[in-house]
Amino acid sequence: MTALLELEDVACHFRVPGGLVRAVDGVSLQVQKGETYALVGESGCGKSTLAKTILRLHPLVAGTIRFDGEDVAAMRGADAKRYRSRVQAVFQDPYSSLNPRLRVRTILAEPLRAHGVARADIAPRVDRVLGLVGLPASSATLYPHEFSGGQRQRIAIARALILEPDLVVLDEPISALDVSIRAQILSLLEKLQQELGLTYLLIAHDLALVEYAADKVAVMYLGEIVETGPVEPLFEAPKHPYTQTLLAAVPHPDPTAPRASADIRGEVASALTPPSGCRFHPRCPSCLPICNQHAPKTVTVAPTHTVACHLHD
Amino acid sequence: MTETTLPRPLLGRLLRGAASRIRGGEGGFPWLAASVLATVLACALFGPWIAPHEAGAISLADAMTPPAWEEGGSSEFLLGTDNLGRDILSRIIAGARVSAVVALYAIVISGLIGAVLGMAAGYFGGVVDALISRLIDIQMSVPSIPLAMLFAAVLPPGEAMVIFIIVLSYWTWYARIVRGEVLSLRERDFIALAKIAGVATPIIFIRHLAPNLLNILLVLATLQFGSVIVFEAGLSFLGLGIQPPQVSWGGMLADGRNFIEVAWWLITIPGIAIMAACLASNLVGDWLRDTFDPVRRQI
Repeated sequence: MTALLELEDVACHFRVPGGLVRAVDGVSLQVQKGETYALVGESGCGKSTLAKTILRLHPLVAGTIRFDGEDVAAMRGADAKRYRSRVQAVFQDPYSSLNPRLRVRTILAEPLRAHGVARADIAPRVDRVLGLVGLPASSATLYPHEFSGGQRQRIAIARALILEPDLVVLDEPISALDVSIRAQILSLLEKLQQELGLTYLLIAHDLALVEYAADKVAVMYLGEIVETGPVEPLFEAPKHPYTQTLLAAVPHPDPTAPRASADIRGEVASALTPPSGCRFHPRCPSCLPICNQHAPKTVTVAPTHTVACHLHD
Repeated sequence: MTETTLPRPLLGRLLRGAASRIRGGEGGFPWLAASVLATVLACALFGPWIAPHEAGAISLADAMTPPAWEEGGSSEFLLGTDNLGRDILSRIIAGARVSAVVALYAIVISGLIGAVLGMAAGYFGGVVDALISRLIDIQMSVPSIPLAMLFAAVLPPGEAMVIFIIVLSYWTWYARIVRGEVLSLRERDFIALAKIAGVATPIIFIRHLAPNLLNILLVLATLQFGSVIVFEAGLSFLGLGIQPPQVSWGGMLADGRNFIEVAWWLITIPGIAIMAACLASNLVGDWLRDTFDPVRRQI
């Protein structure tokens, strides 16, 4: 079975005054149909840039992105348009996702109009998608500012779903919301995934969310993937020192429990001048002499569990 | 200096109080300003039918008649006459036509040019932005009065030339401000989501950028309406703008200047007309902005 979304050595660079930012460098991963695939990492590690590259908002510098077996970068005209209808996104900030000057009806109808859906079909589809995300049909006549943050995020989800996509990129979909609303939105997303057979690419920095919501996870550090695998075994026994320190840094609900020391030093290096060899080596608690010489290869330590670290070569 | 100034909240309240009295209450319709503006526009449209006299009609026997309420004034010339006995009121009405026509054309044309170039510069960035921004810089570094003198010498005089000169020096304001606004707008997620949904670029411009620029364009346009009237008056005052026998407020100021010691009304009345039109357009613009904003409209 081919993966729904397949990334091979994907790179995304930006030219800035002072050099080249290697925001994403040599990322490979496969997202299967129907699963939730999480990308985690600190801010600035390139996870959002990767998402925007998949969404064709940033140009692909190197590598290939295949969607349902087709090369995304090579898509033109009608193919590109079809890709636009099959891959949608929900962003972090529901205040910035909705144009404040448009009524909800217009916001939801916009993707349909862009794809030439007949005028008569638009209103019923808007009603249906509002029902799907748990908003009354009367919401269609209101402006975004008349809704709360959680309701706005429901509208943003409705807009992402109105074209009946296969893949939805969720870029920190709940981190801007009130804690009390997060669970609601999360269970809504889960329900929609089951009902509509959606595939999610979840961008998150919150490990608890990833553990709860994702099937597979890729851990990113400074534009590269250091470890990928199914969530349970990976969280149970992380192989890469970065994943280990990341997991050790999660606060534990029991304050008296012994804390594994989060033995991480320094700051994330600049993507302008990434460290030689393994990009994590200056901060790594178990750095070997080889680590600043050669970049580690990605090795498979268990079925579908891969890690890029010299400790596991 | 802190001892001599009023405490901020009190000063604010006083200023707001004064403003709301002119504007007809906070957020209310600015009746006074709107009626001044309506009068200017009515004069522009129906001037020849309203005016009691022909604007250019000379009657040396009535020269230098003061306004009707002054000693020696006559009810035939409500605002008095100038040194050639021409009726000031009729000339103010005729001048309103010139001012309004010039201001409207100049604002619409410079607004369109500026908004389109500003949107393109802000949205596309890169080379497009560099080209347009340099053009703005160059245009803004050229002082407008010498430029006006140059064009006044080269082009046939008249309203079209005045409009051209004003557009040339005013489009940069729109372009600069629209560009800045678009730079921040294009980072908003709804623009990215429109692209993700496959919305065509012209539609992104029309549906997502333009409506969010409406406020700022409207405020600018109304501020400029006043400023353009002043600029046009300035050009005409210097003899670079509207040429006699066509009447303009700036030209009236220039003519009246020689008699400032004997006939105060010759410059005071066109001066008040210029100031009132300018102030009224600003106040009406504020109100329009508040009304078009969907967030404030609900309050």
